[in-house]
Amino acid sequence: MSAQPEPALLYSEEEDALRAAVRDLLTDHCDPADVITRTESASPHDVSLWKSLAGPMGLAGLLVPEELGGQGATHREAAVVLEELGRAVAPVPYLTSAVVATEALLACGADDLLTEVASATSVAVLAVGLHVAPGGPVPGVRLEGDALHGELTGIADAAAADVLLVPADDGGLYAVRATDATVTPQTSLDLTRPLARVTLEAAPGRRLGDSAPAVRRALRSGAGLLASEQLGLADWLLTETVRYLKERKQFNRQVGGFQALKHRLARLWLEVAGLRAAARNAADALTTGADTDVAVAVAQAYAAQVAVRAAEEALQLHGGIGMTWEHPVHLYLKRAKADSIAYGAAGTHRSALADLAGLPKP
Amino acid sequence: MTDAAELRALTQELLAAHPPGTTDRVDFLRARFDAGLAWVHYPRGLGGLGAPRALQAVVDAELTAAGAPDNDPRRIGIGLGMAAPTILQYGTEEQKRRLLRPLWTGEEVWCQLFSEPGAGSDLAALGTRAVREGDHWVVDGQKVWTSSAHLARWAILIARTDPDLPKHRGITYFVCDMTDPGVEVRPLRQITGEAEFNEVFLTGVRIPDSRRLGEIGDGWRVAQTTLNNERVAIGGTPIPREGGMIGKIAATWRERPELRTHDLHQRLLGLWVEAEVARLTGVRLRQQLVAGQPGPEGAGMKLNFARLNQEISGLEVELLGEEGLLYDDWTMRRPELVDFTGRDAGYRYLRSKGNSIEGGTSEVLLNIVAERVLGLPAEPRTDKDVAWKDLAR
Ligand SMILES: Cc1cc2nc3c(=O)[nH]c(=O)nc-3n(C[C@H](O)[C@H](O)[C@H](O)COP(=O)(O)OP(=O)(O)OC[C@H]3O[C@@H](n4cnc5c(N)ncnc54)[C@H](O)[C@@H]3O)c2cc1C
Repeated sequence: MSAQPEPALLYSEEEDALRAAVRDLLTDHCDPADVITRTESASPHDVSLWKSLAGPMGLAGLLVPEELGGQGATHREAAVVLEELGRAVAPVPYLTSAVVATEALLACGADDLLTEVASATSVAVLAVGLHVAPGGPVPGVRLEGDALHGELTGIADAAAADVLLVPADDGGLYAVRATDATVTPQTSLDLTRPLARVTLEAAPGRRLGDSAPAVRRALRSGAGLLASEQLGLADWLLTETVRYLKERKQFNRQVGGFQALKHRLARLWLEVAGLRAAARNAADALTTGADTDVAVAVAQAYAAQVAVRAAEEALQLHGGIGMTWEHPVHLYLKRAKADSIAYGAAGTHRSALADLAGLPKP
Repeated sequence: MTDAAELRALTQELLAAHPPGTTDRVDFLRARFDAGLAWVHYPRGLGGLGAPRALQAVVDAELTAAGAPDNDPRRIGIGLGMAAPTILQYGTEEQKRRLLRPLWTGEEVWCQLFSEPGAGSDLAALGTRAVREGDHWVVDGQKVWTSSAHLARWAILIARTDPDLPKHRGITYFVCDMTDPGVEVRPLRQITGEAEFNEVFLTGVRIPDSRRLGEIGDGWRVAQTTLNNERVAIGGTPIPREGGMIGKIAATWRERPELRTHDLHQRLLGLWVEAEVARLTGVRLRQQLVAGQPGPEGAGMKLNFARLNQEISGLEVELLGEEGLLYDDWTMRRPELVDFTGRDAGYRYLRSKGNSIEGGTSEVLLNIVAERVLGLPAEPRTDKDVAWKDLAR
């Protein structure tokens, strides 16, 4: 294989500063106990947290050009935000609106909607099931005259959306106001990124552009940056488990001193270090455009097992307390498990690599 | 400070003065050392220019493009990776001047006399004795698993100089001349059939005090430099995508469609991903080092390297099917170099088993990660304040 240009895998000073700002805000406004309580309330999304992240901090418009009211930043910064949101399992529509839907709008040149999203006036959500991988089959609704009819399921964060971006059977992507659709929550495994069913009955839509390239671009960015969210989950789980095991005493000693556990945690640390490199690589490749398909597929083929293992190990190593509704580890487990399906499971991305790396199937 | 442009110019000067096509290999390597282009981050006069380590790649690329000979690192890994950094840090001016140049050119091969039959993971328990006699030390003991001892001119050696102190404190570090009387090297055959390592018997070997590295009794600290560098040397070298073991099986996969099955395909892709992630982890680690923020990932590189080498070569043997039942050659040989990715899949599979033992076992490295990176409690110790001579053995 030809020599690859070396990706930049560290965090810049600006990225560190951005991280610190987001973490401060989340420390003050995203307490795990409140997140747990909110999951069973009428509004599982934390709208006021979203307003402070999106508005004053300008995070909703990171990927939107400055002339449209955004920050004109890159996927590298968005990845840092996702790491922090993952560490806090924050119930906000960042990945879905500020990354995935924004990419679809950028692909379509929908400047007015980009301005709405960047200014945090609207939350936009791509009406494609969360499980769909980049390049995977995308169900569309029926276009009859100039109205849309049909039902789409598994749409993450649709309950928080003001605008839905809906693929239709004419090959177009349509903007539909949420007030013109029926959005019904589905009982979801991941309590902090709930899914919903979107039903359109003669809903008015505005054609933004071709659906296929926009959806593909959106899902590729979603998959690539999801790895940073998974890194955030895994990083929090490892840190918290190490902290707990240094404190917890049984058999007259710190439980974290038993070698069987030290080795499990050391292995997990090694995997998290790998995930950090893979996630940074995907974010950098989405930014530079070099080697992007491989970088995204590698990150997604690797990330899920690390995040899920981190959650499963954290639960086991917390003992009984880890099994309670009260302890936040279950929020992470549910998110990590759902993330392992989101934007394509690891096996789907491995299959993509078979083509990309030239390792054909039998 | 030396920059890339200057290094390129210096390299071109070297090539002009000593055209690789017409210059003897060793003469070229000596000239390269003297021009400071051997390891540019070393000091001037010792093969370097005090330049940033990352700039070595600039020199190497120019030299490779010009077809210049290299010093064949596979033959002299212990010298380059372990002895040299230790000599640089702890050696006297005279030791550095005498030893580093032929070490780098490969004219003098080095080996590592650390492990003993009774002291492996617990290296500090070693029992080889060095007793002072005037301006010499007289060394008696047995070392084992000594790679390349049959080729070596010099050895880095640790020996006990004070058995009355606790084990970490009574050790001193020496440079041992392997041609001295009293040094006996016997081959130890490995599971691969060949004898890459040896046992070394030291009987009344006289080492001048001028070949001591560091202070008397400070050998454990000096040895840390060697051991830390060893772990980077094994598994820390930069590689391109599909470099190393994964490149071998990928090539077989592409060339031999008749061997492919669905199960093997899934496992190959899984390992391909892991090898790529391990490679990226290494890239990130080196970027941290260049940026002056040494990351703890270093401790993990060798763990990844060992596990992946073993899993990938194991899969390759299985992929080969009927051919996997064969082996290229069991003849007992004493090889000239160590090449983890050399020979055939069967050899690679067997040799890679050593990767999780040599240079610190994977279990010991996991302890190190858990304690030094994660800050988990240390293993319970019963030997810290006991004189070495009173320890259980
Ligand atoms: C191919 C090869 C080349 C080598 N070359 C050299 C060389 O050139 N020079 C040299 O000096 N040495 C060399 N070695 C020796 C190597 O460094 C030792 O074999 C190694 O440090 C392990 O020591 P040991 O063999 O005594 O095993 P032991 O230390 O006896 O270990 C036995 C088992 O116990 C485990 N164990 C030990 N302590 C702990 C602990 N605290 N916690 C958990 N598990 C533990 C080990 O992981 C291992 O699985 C080489 C070894 C190999 C395989």
